[in-house]
Amino acid sequence: MIHNKEVIPPQPAPKGTIGPIAWLRGNLFNGPINSLFTLLGLYVLYLLVVPTVQWAFINADWVGTSREDCSRVGACWVFVNARFNQFVYGLYPSSEYWRPNIVFGMFAAIIAWMVIPRLPFKRWVAVFALLVFPVIAYVLLHGGYFDLPRVSTHRWGGLMLTLLLATVGMVGALPIGIVLALGRRSNMPIVKSFCVVFIEFWRGVPLITILFMASVMLPLFLPTGMGVDRLVRALIGLTLFQSAYMAEVIRGGLQAIPKGQEEAAAALGMTYWKRMGLIVMPQALKMMIPGIVNTFISLFKDTTLVMIIGLFDLLGIVQAALSDSRWLGFSLEGYVFAAFVFWIFCFSMSRYSQYLERKLNTGHKR
Amino acid sequence: MFNKKHLALLVSAGSITLAGASTAQADTFEDTVNRGAVQCGVSDGLPGFSAPDDDGNWQGLDVDVCRAVAAAVLGDAEAVNYISLNAVERFTALQSGEVDVLSRNTTWTTTRDTTLGLNFTGVNFYDGQGFMVARDLGISSADELDGASICIQSGTTTELNLADYFRANGMDFNPIVFDTSEQTVGGYQAGRCDVLTSDTSQLAALRIQLDDPEASMILTDVISKEPLGPVVRQGDDVWFNIVKWSLFAMLNAEEYGVTSENAEEMLESENPDIARLLGQDGNYGEGMGLEADWAYNIISQVGNYAESFERNVGMDSPLEIERGANALWTDGGFQYAPPIR
Repeated sequence: MIHNKEVIPPQPAPKGTIGPIAWLRGNLFNGPINSLFTLLGLYVLYLLVVPTVQWAFINADWVGTSREDCSRVGACWVFVNARFNQFVYGLYPSSEYWRPNIVFGMFAAIIAWMVIPRLPFKRWVAVFALLVFPVIAYVLLHGGYFDLPRVSTHRWGGLMLTLLLATVGMVGALPIGIVLALGRRSNMPIVKSFCVVFIEFWRGVPLITILFMASVMLPLFLPTGMGVDRLVRALIGLTLFQSAYMAEVIRGGLQAIPKGQEEAAAALGMTYWKRMGLIVMPQALKMMIPGIVNTFISLFKDTTLVMIIGLFDLLGIVQAALSDSRWLGFSLEGYVFAAFVFWIFCFSMSRYSQYLERKLNTGHKR
Repeated sequence: MFNKKHLALLVSAGSITLAGASTAQADTFEDTVNRGAVQCGVSDGLPGFSAPDDDGNWQGLDVDVCRAVAAAVLGDAEAVNYISLNAVERFTALQSGEVDVLSRNTTWTTTRDTTLGLNFTGVNFYDGQGFMVARDLGISSADELDGASICIQSGTTTELNLADYFRANGMDFNPIVFDTSEQTVGGYQAGRCDVLTSDTSQLAALRIQLDDPEASMILTDVISKEPLGPVVRQGDDVWFNIVKWSLFAMLNAEEYGVTSENAEEMLESENPDIARLLGQDGNYGEGMGLEADWAYNIISQVGNYAESFERNVGMDSPLEIERGANALWTDGGFQYAPPIR
């Protein structure tokens, strides 16, 4: 018997199995077929990326004020540049830009405060955001108080309007959705049937139809002269539509919680609202994060539909800008810009939801 | 996709019931003065007719009608609230009182004038379906288009007009249908067709989107009638008169050679027509409840019809549409305004 008391010192992995070349061999060129597909993929990528980069960066025109400054070989970012303020604020008077700026700033600060875990007083900030901030935002944006000149809502537009529609839709839809979802699971027949009818009605109708009804049919039924603001109509339609979807997402989460949880809470003598608020909802909401964020992202993109009722959201204002005869023919640049902005917002929402899932993960993950 | 035709029917059915209500409606003129601004419905973006410029101010031929009305009524051409409307909701917005004037390249037809409870106040642009061809084809008239392949945008009346025209003239054509205007331009540019057809005002906008606009030309022949004009609610004759005469004042100003630049000098003019127009000889705005300088305000702030035309769609604009049918009657066009006297 041979005993070797010496521990064999660790050796570096064989040359052929580490480093980038080995990785390439292992993952991209491990066989003739895979190698072929890798080369083919690289070629397609080359075909796509090179003209895109050339168009968007190398041949692009960046500075100038009019279409004469564009060579039309590459992208004409001059157009986006000249219209940038309009894309952000819509047709808001430029002397009053400071007002939406303050609202933007407060909005960003609130979001940052809520998102960054270290900052204290989250509860108070949330109360402020839900109760005080909307009032401040309304007074600032709409004006008519404290000597602020009135800016009527048909001048609102651009990214500002998109964010407004999305935020109001999200903030409004979540609580209504929770109530509807609880109502649908209720044992009380009237509450239950009301919730079922509400959800099925709003979910069964396309958003475009709701917006159309709100903007074309509703004014015909109201007495002449009694007009409800077009933006308010869109906001109400959007919120109710989203809340129906939200309710179903939340109901899905509620159903995933074992009945024993609620029964155990009931056995401890908790009331209905305590059972829901302290036991069921915290568990359910956590599981529903992907579903809720999914709904939010789709709402964010759905806001572009308000274009058909003559509201200039980000996409709408880009299209309006494209119809200025001084800027005809730059539609690609406009749409690329709009797509980029939408992507930034949707992608950050998605990343935040993933972070939230990791943070709230208490071992339920399968 | 919902059916646009059904929706339009539904909307007009609703509007007929409403037409009765709007007849009894109060004074638009008084409301406008109290509000201090004209509620004007414009398109949500149509090159040369209504679109926001780089500074967010609305510009265009249709927009100038709104500005003229505001100048006449309130003495300030900028006192306008622009409300952008799409094609379906435009009449509802007018009927429900959301807007007081609809100036949104709306074609004047019998149905619209008689069944919707609305009145057309005049024509600010005589449009019609035309053709764009490559210059090197050497075609100068629509009669030479026999056998041509023609790019059209689908779902518009242009398709029907085109078929009618070719059948009536015993010619053949090969239609190539596209969905959006960008695709239509793309198809024309790629050589899929010899000819592109659309309303002439649209053709001008499509032409500048080509890589080489100079290589294509728009034929002067027009195969359909599309008189575009401002619309108001029926039953408010004072307001109807104001909108009607605001446009007439611009046309008369062109005829008498009064422009935004020389309007002030012209106040001293000996010409009786000009003196009446500018309110130096009697008050012709009185019947509409306006001040004597109503037309002077329009001309000095908005300009006469020629100025508005050239600035927005004519030779001073990228569209470069020729006056053609929109020239004054004295120059061989259709634009003819009754005299102010």
